[in-house]
This record gives sequence, C-alpha cells and structure tokens, in this order.
Amino acid sequence: MDYFDIFISILGSAVRLSIPLLFTALAGLFSERAGIFDIGLEGKMLASAFAAACVAYWTGNAWFGLLGGISVSIVFSFVHGFASITNRGNQIVSGVALNFVAAGLTIVLGQAWFRQGGRTGQVPPEGRFSSIVLPGADMMRDVPIIGPLYANVISGNNVLTYIAFLMVPISWWVLYRTRFGLRLRAVGENPGAVDTAGISVAWMRYRSLIVAGFLCGFAGTYLSIAQSAAFINNMSAGKGYIALAALIFAKWKPVPVMLACLLFGFLDAFANFMQGKSLPLIGEVPVQIFQALPYILTCVLLAGFIGTARPPKAGGVPYTKER
Amino acid sequence: MTTASVPLPAWINYGLIPLLNLVLAFFFSGLVVWAIGESPFEALQLLLIGALGRGEGIGFTLFYTTSFIFTGLSVAVAIHAGLFNIGSEGQAYLGGLGAALVALAMDRYVPWYVTMPFAVIGAALFGAACAAIPAWLQAKRGSHIVITTIMFNFIVSSLMNYMLVRVLIVPGKMAPETRTFLPGGQLPKLDWLIAMFGGKIGAAPLNFSFLIALIMCFLVWVLIWRTKLGYEMRTLGISPTAASYAGIRYSKIVMITMLISGGLAGMMALNPVMGASARLQIEFVGGAGFVGIAVSLMGRNHPAGIILAALLFGILYQGGAELSFDMPGITRDMIVVIQGMVILFAGALEYMLRPSIVRLYQQLTGK
Repeated sequence: MDYFDIFISILGSAVRLSIPLLFTALAGLFSERAGIFDIGLEGKMLASAFAAACVAYWTGNAWFGLLGGISVSIVFSFVHGFASITNRGNQIVSGVALNFVAAGLTIVLGQAWFRQGGRTGQVPPEGRFSSIVLPGADMMRDVPIIGPLYANVISGNNVLTYIAFLMVPISWWVLYRTRFGLRLRAVGENPGAVDTAGISVAWMRYRSLIVAGFLCGFAGTYLSIAQSAAFINNMSAGKGYIALAALIFAKWKPVPVMLACLLFGFLDAFANFMQGKSLPLIGEVPVQIFQALPYILTCVLLAGFIGTARPPKAGGVPYTKER
Repeated sequence: MTTASVPLPAWINYGLIPLLNLVLAFFFSGLVVWAIGESPFEALQLLLIGALGRGEGIGFTLFYTTSFIFTGLSVAVAIHAGLFNIGSEGQAYLGGLGAALVALAMDRYVPWYVTMPFAVIGAALFGAACAAIPAWLQAKRGSHIVITTIMFNFIVSSLMNYMLVRVLIVPGKMAPETRTFLPGGQLPKLDWLIAMFGGKIGAAPLNFSFLIALIMCFLVWVLIWRTKLGYEMRTLGISPTAASYAGIRYSKIVMITMLISGGLAGMMALNPVMGASARLQIEFVGGAGFVGIAVSLMGRNHPAGIILAALLFGILYQGGAELSFDMPGITRDMIVVIQGMVILFAGALEYMLRPSIVRLYQQLTGK
C-alpha cells in the first residue's frame, strides 16, 4: 500500500469518527450560545444511543430508532432546562448529574431488558443506517487522486454522515440569518436586553436546549445503530467531552466547529493507525499522546496562545428577572 | 414578592431542605427499581443491611467514605473561593502516582509509619501539580476553570495510561499495574476500630487513611474559618469585587486555593492505592472525584456536612454492591443512578422546594 492509500483510509475513518463529535458539538453550540453550559452532552449522547438501539431492535426500523434517540435526548434537555433555567440551579452540577443518570440508567435498564451485561440485542440490518454508495463511485475509483477520495471518503458513508455535514450550514444560517438565531445569541450575551425587548429569556433558552437535544439525539443514534449494531456499555466513552473541547477550540462558531471535529476525528483515526507502528527517526509514538492531544490543544487555545477564545458572556449564569 | 431573599432558620436550610431533596432523589431511584420489576422497599432494606449490617460491611462503607471525604473536601475548598474544581478525579488519579512512587521507593527499607508522611506529601504534591496548570490558566489567562479541569481529567487519564502500560508495569505481566508494595509501603487496616464496636473487619480494606481524612476535615475547618487565608478565600468566593477592593490578590488566592484543592484530591489516592490494593492500578479512582462534587454540595461545603454526606455515599456504594448480589435483577450500576439523582435533586434542583417551603413557613409563623 502506498502512502496515498494509507492517507485515504485514515481520512475515511477520520470522517466516520468525527460525525458523533460534529452532531454533539453543534448541539453544544446551540445551548452555549444561548448561555447554558452543557456538560451533560456526554450523558445525552449515551442515553440517546441506548434509546436508538432499543427502538431499532424492537421495531427493526432505523428511522424509528433515530426518533427514539432524539426523544430521549430532548427529555434530558428538558430536565437540564428545568434545573438550570426554571430553578436557576447550577448548570454544571445539573450536567454532571445527567451524565451520572445516563451512565447508570442505560446499564440498569439494558440489563433488565436484554440480560446481556448492559448490551442491547443485536440490531437487525434493516434497523441500522447502512452505508450508501454514491452514484459513480465504482467508476471513479480508477481516476487518480480524486477517484479514491470520492470512492472511499465521500461515498460509502451512511445517511447520518451526510445529515451531519448538512447541519453545519443549516446551523450557521439559523444562528446568523434568522430572527430566532439573533435572539438566541443575544440571550447568551445579554439576557437583560432580550428581556427588555419583551422576549422571554426562559423560553428562548428552553428552545435552544430542545435544538441541542435534537442534534445530540443524532449523535447517539449514529454511535449505536450506524457505527455499530448494538448499544454497548458506556459507548460514548468521553466523546461528549471531546465535542465540548472541539466547540471551545472552534470558538463557538459553526464552520470552525466542523473543522475542529474533523481535526479531532483525524487525530483519533491517526492514533488507531499508529498503534504499534514506529515512525522513522522518532521511533514508536505512544498512542496516549494522540488521545490527549485534543484536550491539550484546547487548553493551549484557552490559554490565549492561539488567538482568544471568548465564550458567550452570560454563559453559566442563571437569569433572574426581578431584582 | 420574591421568596429568594426571605431568611429561613438554619434547621430548615441545612436540615429539612437537604433531607427533602434526598427523599425525592430516593423516590425517583425507587421508581427505576420498581420499573424493572423489583421491590424498592426490599431493595432499600437489602442496601442498608449490606452497608451497615455486619462489621465487614461497615468496614467497606467507611473505606468508600474515606475516599469521598477527600474528594468532597477538595471540591469544597475550591467552592469557598468561588472556583468549581471539576478535576478532582484527575487530581486524585495523578496523586496515586505520587503515592505509588514513594511507596515503591521506600517500602523495602522502612516501616509504614516512616513511608506514610512522605506518601501523603507525594500524593498531595502530584494532585496539586495536576491542579496547578488549570489554576494558573484561570488566574493569569482567564480561562474557565471548569473547562480546563475537565480537559485535565482526560490528559491525566492518558498520561497514567502511558505510565502504567509502558513504564511502571511489571515486566512480563499483562495487567497494567505496579508491583505489589511490601508492608513498608502499605497502610495498616483499622481492625481495632471495628473491633471496638464488637465487629469483625473481615476482608474490608478500611485503613489508616480514614484517620488522615478526619484530620484533614479538621484542618480544612481551621483553614476556612479560622485563618486569614481562609477569610480571603471566602471573601473572593462571595464577592470578587469586594476582595479586590480589600486588597486581596486574585491570582494568588486562586493559585493557593487550587493547589490545596488538588492536594486534598491527590491524598484520596492513599486510600485505594496504599490502603486497599497495595499497588497502583488503572482507573483506580473510579468516579470518586465526581462523587466529591455531590458530597460537597450535600454537605453544604462544611467539613462536618462532608463527613455525613461521604458516609451517605459510602453506604450507597457498599450497600449497592451487596444489593446486586442479593437481587440479580439490579446491577451495581444502580448506585450510579442513585448518585445521579442525588446530585440532581440535592445539587442542581436545590432551590426547587425553597419557594414553597418559604410560603409554608410564613403561613405557619404568621409573618
């Protein structure tokens, strides 16, 4: 295999690994731009992965699975909203709590329903999102450079992958070109001003959390019934936090979010590829470096060494109407 | 009129409201148990018997309590200065490396009581080191401490993975762990403590670090309420602008607070590493750092409250483990659900009941 083929195969796997990050980071984008910190992304992803696998297993329909994943994720969003918007609780504590609840419930319910040590049953093929071969992929394969790129990276993914990339311009359009988006960003920067304009801060924030729950549902569904064929214990494995890191790394902007997710997905794919291999001159590079790199990069960014990351001003602060 | 500013007597604020929140958390956990077809009351009974029924159960309960006291204190110290240290998990993990290095270096030559002070310092130093960079980033560069400490949990996890798989592993063994410490690197069991109450410790790993935890509770109380530094920390926590006006240096207090907080989290490692398994194992913290957040919240950031809350979570951990033996339908992860519920109701939803209680209180007292 020559270097180009290796590169293409890493790139293909990078795209697949970055999809759950992309959905989750976009979810975080909506809630954080509205001023709600969402540490609970991880838990939402896990819970929706479980729900999607269960529903797809029972109904044998992938789209019902997706619907199940989205619904559960939105329910978690509502709990987060109820705690942090309605009751003005600490948003981080609420997120931590939801992560615990999701981690525990998925295993307890999974064991009670399927008796396979926390796994769900194997989802039948028609209950999964399988890969789509785009027209002309086989014909293009022999064209140099573009051919393999088209056949192995762009084609051959499942429908959720294309939806993920479609969500990027849609998110941008919603956030920057609609009245809803303007108000959402305003609520994250200066809720008092939004309130003065006669718009309900609480309802705006709830709506942003519903959008976040909706997007996070896709991420979980992708994990359990697109990337694999069942729910496995703790299958989100910290991806929610990497997505959070990607969101910060992208300075809370939609298109950079996509690039950051692709970068982190690439690091992940590269780490998998490098496992047990050695580089010329350097020797064997420990895979742990690649695993830690997204977090290290984010810290370096936060330190202000790569531009400045300015979070939404009202982020994490519960809004109190009467003073 | 808003109910948020109405003062309530201490017994309602610190007794009744946390208790009601706890009852709610248990109610919803009970619903989960009921939903999977088991009896919640029977489960609760088995849980309590498992945790407190025998000397060995109590020993296990207090063993878990020890870990949670350390992480709870770690979170509480930071909260007093208005900092949310969500990285106790990683700090405890790195603290384990400090404790293990001391134990590995000294266990051949000296008895445990010589090793112990060095191990305490080693664990605290490594824990503090892990908190130092997020603290510096918060103090000097304005990076949000919650985000950076989360990032450090993962960075430490990768680092420890590397250390255990590549560096500290016993050559020829498969398990990523250090060699077993000799008695000179172990903390003695507290069998006499259980025996004092007529029980037998059995296999329970309750060890000397329990006493260290209690001493730390006292020291934290002295620090927060009886020293100038503690006063400055609390001032910063309540009002950063007032602190700045009073000439309290923000970056200095943030650094010191986080180093203390990280050090306390690091000391947690003494309990599992030197007290129980006598070796450094992968992922030995097992979520105790996050439980510390719940413990600190429930204990209202006061050492006395933290001991009680840590005991509660210790009972949950040990009782939950026993419960999963007795009720095959319930896995050990039920504890994680209960923890989540407790954090949700006692932490995030702590003000949910307050308005109605204020109204009820006003009606009853006729104000």
